[in-house]
Amino acid sequence: MAGLATSFGSGAMTNSISEIAQAELLFLIGTNTTEAHPVIGYKMRQAARKGAKLTVVDPRRIELAEEADYWLRIRPGTDIPFLNGLMNIIIAENLYDRVFVEERTENFAALKETVEKYTPGYVSGLTGIPVEDLYAVARLYAGTDKAMIFYTLGITEHVCGTNNVMSIANLAMLTGHMGRPGTGVNPIRGQNNVQGACDMGALPNVFSGYQRVIDPVAREKFEQAWGVSLPGEIGLMIPEMFDRANAGEVKAMYILGENPVLTDPNSNHIRSGLEKLEFLVVHELFLTETAEYADVILPAASFAETDGTFTNTERRVQRVRKAVEPLPGKTNWQVIMALGEKMGYPMSYGSAEEIFKEMASLTPSYGGISYARIDEKGLQWPCPTADHPGTPYLHANSFVRGRGLFQSIEHIPPAEMPDQEYPFLLSTGRILYHYNVTTPYSAAIKSMWPEEYAEVNPEDAARLGFVTGDTARVTSRRGEVTAKVRVTDRVPPGMIWMSFHYGESPTNVLTSAALDPVTKTGEYKVCAIKIEKIREAV
Amino acid sequence: MEMVKLSIDGKEIEVPAGTTVLNAAEQAGIHIPRLCYEPDLSPFGACRLCVVEIKGMRNLPASCVTAVAPGMVVQTRSPAVIEARRTILELLIANHPQDCLTCEKMGACKLAQYCYEYGVKQSSLQGERHNYAVDDSNPFIVRDPNKCILCGKCIRACAEITGKNNLDFAYRGFDTKATTFYDVPFVESDCVFCGNCVSVCPTGALTEKQMQGKVRHWECQKVRTTCPFCGTGCNFDLCVKDGKVVGVVSGPEGAVNGRALCIKGRFGWDFIYNDRRLTTPLIKRDGKFEPASWDDALVLIADRLSEIKAKYGPDAFASLSSARCTNEENYLVQKFTRAVMGTNNVDHCART
Repeated sequence: MAGLATSFGSGAMTNSISEIAQAELLFLIGTNTTEAHPVIGYKMRQAARKGAKLTVVDPRRIELAEEADYWLRIRPGTDIPFLNGLMNIIIAENLYDRVFVEERTENFAALKETVEKYTPGYVSGLTGIPVEDLYAVARLYAGTDKAMIFYTLGITEHVCGTNNVMSIANLAMLTGHMGRPGTGVNPIRGQNNVQGACDMGALPNVFSGYQRVIDPVAREKFEQAWGVSLPGEIGLMIPEMFDRANAGEVKAMYILGENPVLTDPNSNHIRSGLEKLEFLVVHELFLTETAEYADVILPAASFAETDGTFTNTERRVQRVRKAVEPLPGKTNWQVIMALGEKMGYPMSYGSAEEIFKEMASLTPSYGGISYARIDEKGLQWPCPTADHPGTPYLHANSFVRGRGLFQSIEHIPPAEMPDQEYPFLLSTGRILYHYNVTTPYSAAIKSMWPEEYAEVNPEDAARLGFVTGDTARVTSRRGEVTAKVRVTDRVPPGMIWMSFHYGESPTNVLTSAALDPVTKTGEYKVCAIKIEKIREAV
Repeated sequence: MEMVKLSIDGKEIEVPAGTTVLNAAEQAGIHIPRLCYEPDLSPFGACRLCVVEIKGMRNLPASCVTAVAPGMVVQTRSPAVIEARRTILELLIANHPQDCLTCEKMGACKLAQYCYEYGVKQSSLQGERHNYAVDDSNPFIVRDPNKCILCGKCIRACAEITGKNNLDFAYRGFDTKATTFYDVPFVESDCVFCGNCVSVCPTGALTEKQMQGKVRHWECQKVRTTCPFCGTGCNFDLCVKDGKVVGVVSGPEGAVNGRALCIKGRFGWDFIYNDRRLTTPLIKRDGKFEPASWDDALVLIADRLSEIKAKYGPDAFASLSSARCTNEENYLVQKFTRAVMGTNNVDHCART
């Protein structure tokens, strides 16, 4: 998100899901869409079968690779050289959009200079992608009028995640694939309301609508609305919170609906941080691994038990409706409100809608959105006024920041690569049948997919004596887990792939503590491990 | 756009060229019965129930696959049409179980609805009947091929919506069956259990297993909401009976998804009633969690947070909000953190 905010001035998905049907080329990099976002995956597959070209850049032979015109099996952690390589060809062959670059962007000279050394031969050596495929895909993308780029965590969960994103932005701007239907740079957000949680200011540097806490004007506005004085220093991001907890500086935490012990990288560091806290409140549906550390656990209401809104990946604000009474007796917003009151700060919302109204009155991009207007179809922000129709695609006539900013991006290799002691590269992600750590609580789903299967390439399996169903111990410098093995050529030789859905095989014990320096996103996609058989398949 | 004028049941109407007679009638407010037609799937012309009489045509054409032509004169309820539809329904129920009393589809079965409308109480045609085993191989979808009328909607939903092409017609003639590759149970096939086939099935051939025996269609209160799993933002209806969610159904209206859902959205809702749901606040005493009242828990939290703030300053507190929770909840968490605790230490796992 920080990457797109730098390049364009806004971090959100630029275009809309429905535009997939109009696109002539879908360019997927680091997104296993049919499993992580199945319904968007359906639309991509439909478009490809109706004649849209499909390019899939992924180390794994994911389902959409089977439908793709080009599947580029990129080496993990080499996205920047790959993207620079495409731009090298596009500039060398004069395939870029001169008018767009001149009128809508700045800093082109620096980009040109940087990508010059990323020649096809050099890039092919780094990425493992054949030179002819680099040429073909560069020409295809530059030469297609309506081309949409999609990416997810395969791009962002690297030490160079922000740079990866800015490289993608460079490519789209270079070829003028911005500001029109069927184009754009489209990060598909992982969770149902990641977009909304960011929009609402559940971030240490901004209030709702990305109004910066260090901006005195924004702060004054919120101080007036909320009737208190507010701090002006940027707060801590998640990894910093746990660093400070380990250092004994953060003493108390309130955690709503997150399970960092299972989902954050290097979970042993998270556990020790939680242990050191003087006071921990966890507000959760279940007694999670994180909740075990709490001093007080508050039972949470699920989505079916509350009114409210979610904002989806294409910035569409949609209604969530209370279908049944909250099992714990109170909705989550009622609990937070009650806590504020007990601490001497009365909040007296009679409904979720009243909270939304207050938020919308303080948040320009949501200013024209109301429950009445989104009763049926939802609205895509920015929607500043009550008569504004919403915005299906961003940056139509100018970028949010004015001109789009090209950035010179150099290759940064992953923080930890396989070596003699830990000879395999571990990458992680989601599977179709589970959603993070909630779906294992679905009895029906859990009964069919009850345990982790680490994917191992047949060549490696033959060498190590693995067959599908064997149990393996997977070890990194940070910890070890056991998991069943599935032998499959979905993964290339030398790479092991695991999901992170199962408490019994907590994959994030293994993952690297390396972070993107800007967003503090963990490098979930690359770390070094070893794998040994501990039990034969039965 | 080229427009075409025609007459349907004596009404003069004008529609764009290429429109089917069935859709032209729909625009004129005339409903033609149909079993195999679904607006979001390709037309198929299999069930023949939508036949109409068109002046100058030899047979009764299926209106879902017949395009309008200038000057066409269409009768949708002429005696010949009614008789043809009755015969079609009799043929269909000649080999259809009539266990409607206990059928999951009761109240939403298209076949039953049309038999009722056309007064078809039993079939005058007696012949062979199928006796297939019910596919109960998985926790999501029950497939009773005996109730299948071969409309092919499940096949088209699987191919055209989901793109899995896991279903097709197998065998010939009377033995024709809509089934998986090699006619294996769903669980042994490539099925991804999205249930999009279930959402289009007009009879009791495909039904949601989690809803078996729990709710009649007319008892179900439907509450439109947004899926709590990934960032796509699919809409669906929660089915509620006696204050409890009993299932999820989808119609064609979803803003993003139409009727399409995946396994998580359609079948993953039962986490709500997992035995391990927390329903009461818990306070840890001597290393053990003990149930507490809301008031005791909130007072304890308020006291401890106030103490810590007073002793170590506001920045000794941090909160984690959630990308799974609503906008309203997230707004309040950051407001609480900033306005009550006095720190900007609020974040959520936007990055995972």
